[in-house]
Amino acid sequence: MSFVEYSEIIQEGDVVIIFQGHESMMPIKVQSGAQTQTRYGAIRHSSDLIGQRFGSKVTCSKGGWVYVLHPTPELWTVNLPHRTQILYTTDIANITLMLELKPGSVVCESGTGSGSLSHSILRTIAPTGHLHTVEFHAQRAEKAMQEFKEHKVSHLVTVRNQDVCKDGFGITGIADAVFLDIPSPWEAITHAKSAIKRKGGRVCSFSPCIEQVQRTCEALLDHGFEEICTLEVLLRVHDVRTVTLPLPDFGPEEDSTDIPNTGNTSVICRTATPPREMAGHTGYLTFATKPRD
Amino acid sequence: PRRSHRISFGDYVVLKRGDVFKSVQVENKKKVIFEKQWFFLDNAVGQLFGTRFEIEAGGSLKLKAAKHSGDSLDSKEAGQDNRHILDDGKSQKLTRDDIETLKEQGLKGQEIVQQLIDNSTTFKDKTEFAQEKYIKKKKKKYESDITILKPSTRLLAMMYHGREPGKICHLRYDTLAQILTLGNIHAGSKILVFETCAGLVLGSVMERMGGFGSVIQMYPGGGPTRAGMESFGFPSHFHETLHEFPLCKVNALLAGTLDLSEKDADGNRRSESSQETSGVSEERSSEPQSMEVSVDPQEEMRRVERERLREQKVRFLPLLLCAYIESWLGAQEKKVKMEEKRKKLASAAALLEGRNADGLVIASRFHPCPVLMGLLKFIAPSRPFVVYCQYREPLIECYTKLREQGGAISLRLTDSWLRHYQVLPNRTHPVLLMSGGGGYLLSGTTVAADAAKTRNQHKSEEPVAKRLKLDEISSA
Repeated sequence: MSFVEYSEIIQEGDVVIIFQGHESMMPIKVQSGAQTQTRYGAIRHSSDLIGQRFGSKVTCSKGGWVYVLHPTPELWTVNLPHRTQILYTTDIANITLMLELKPGSVVCESGTGSGSLSHSILRTIAPTGHLHTVEFHAQRAEKAMQEFKEHKVSHLVTVRNQDVCKDGFGITGIADAVFLDIPSPWEAITHAKSAIKRKGGRVCSFSPCIEQVQRTCEALLDHGFEEICTLEVLLRVHDVRTVTLPLPDFGPEEDSTDIPNTGNTSVICRTATPPREMAGHTGYLTFATKPRD
Repeated sequence: PRRSHRISFGDYVVLKRGDVFKSVQVENKKKVIFEKQWFFLDNAVGQLFGTRFEIEAGGSLKLKAAKHSGDSLDSKEAGQDNRHILDDGKSQKLTRDDIETLKEQGLKGQEIVQQLIDNSTTFKDKTEFAQEKYIKKKKKKYESDITILKPSTRLLAMMYHGREPGKICHLRYDTLAQILTLGNIHAGSKILVFETCAGLVLGSVMERMGGFGSVIQMYPGGGPTRAGMESFGFPSHFHETLHEFPLCKVNALLAGTLDLSEKDADGNRRSESSQETSGVSEERSSEPQSMEVSVDPQEEMRRVERERLREQKVRFLPLLLCAYIESWLGAQEKKVKMEEKRKKLASAAALLEGRNADGLVIASRFHPCPVLMGLLKFIAPSRPFVVYCQYREPLIECYTKLREQGGAISLRLTDSWLRHYQVLPNRTHPVLLMSGGGGYLLSGTTVAADAAKTRNQHKSEEPVAKRLKLDEISSA
């Protein structure tokens, strides 16, 4: 198992995702002799997980069952332990496309936070790219390093515990793309520019507040960035359901041979409805291109 | 592999002017039409990607001089508001003809814009914001710079959505972004793609695979569409990871009855006549057969003589000889092509047979339900699949079918809402026009198919999720 490569059989040391039902999943680390409690009973790692195929059904001690899934960055995003507010898949997907990330890309990111975006970037740039991620909080930086190691991706990433606004990313002139999710991104634009390759590259800044966006766009313009563009994306979920709609009774029609509706008929519709509430805002995404030097 | 930062003949590039893009191939002395201008790309060869060019009279490209920082267009005077500005259409003193004359005199775009400002009676009364907006608008119209870029999913997806959305089933680029991420498309995996989006979706999947792993394009009808994929300009080794397999042979493959023997490699044996290479051979259809039998040059000459006498037209002699040679070559070529095709079919079948693909992407004008149900069989358990449809109802059907059949979890029917912003000091607001919709996605994860035995045993013990409204755990 690794977050950047699929495998078929569960092995000791793997991180797997236990699926207990919709919106009820949890990550566990597979260890010989260990046990994990689920709502349907205990799972014995040695007999129930090790050697089993990813995607299989696992019966728990109380008799109920769960599925064991191969980890992906998307599953990780919804199951990881939060140390900070994280980025979700909808924003991550657009960031990936608009920054033109692909295998071999060299990317700079700050702040690392809880590693949600980091894992997605690593998956996209593997096996030949590299991620330079900067986190100014010492414990968070340490935790991120640990997780990357456990997830077998540490060869693709360098974590630096420093302040990107003061000290930059620790490298210059080698990045294809830079991503900023920090309180004052305009203070890091100079460093972002110097981190990017001479031939040019892409930059993205994520900010919840419009004032931050305004200051960042101004800084980008002042530094000679082009194609400055700000957008937001939201995901709308459609809940598929069957609804039964009763038909009205208008009474018997004149000159009609039809049997009048006695009021007990209804129509079944297969449709989808929006949820009661939805995420209305995550943050604004600002993209720009650093032109060739 | 040689890294190409410089534009070469044969390269696929993306032309950009403002927010408008066009994908073209760089060809010697070929006229390109883009944004109401025509020009030749020859002067761009040898330049770096990302370079900006001016279009000179005559259509040749010229490197744009170093950028002027900001506008050198002065705005000395400005008004406070528009209460006294009359919109009578008479404030611009230059006529259309005047502007044409300026253009013919070789005035650059920026100079024309300055002329327009100088000849506008109301410009000095406009507010600073209105002046900026005016200048921006005129620049967009009269400055004809183009930039030549290296293709990417971002540029091509925006181009197709802006220019020819019908060709890509109205797939908007943020929806495509979701497809690639939800599908966990990455280097080293084996992905099945079925699309009728001109090859854009295929190309974007290939870009994310980086030349590692394999992509199997399933195709309906005659052959796979790949024009959009070619526009990405992938290096040749990427094409080695690309396979294709016809939908019409899927059932045979699943049943184990697919015939891959050398004899009849192509089940659809269409009678391609041997006149593919030479139009002359149509009247001489008997010739190829007799040609194959007799190799003796003297016999050949006699036959030719006989023909000559028959036709009584001397000038046909060289044409006849050519016809013989060409149709013989054509037959050999056809043999080689058929063997190639058979080999390709066999290699794609070998990849599919294991039923262990790592992902499935569907984005087509076909009804997604049968496509999905048919192709899911090739996907390993615990792998993502994503289905795009321009409309919602067909995906509701897919959802229902999957719930009944089992074998998939975390089913989600979604669409993406996208909004652009104008960010300027004291003028920040969402852009006035926005996209109405970008299509719908059904995504999910495969799981091990339920064996009948297991299902019966655990029927009474199946867990009941507290919230039943979304994914009920499927029961037999």
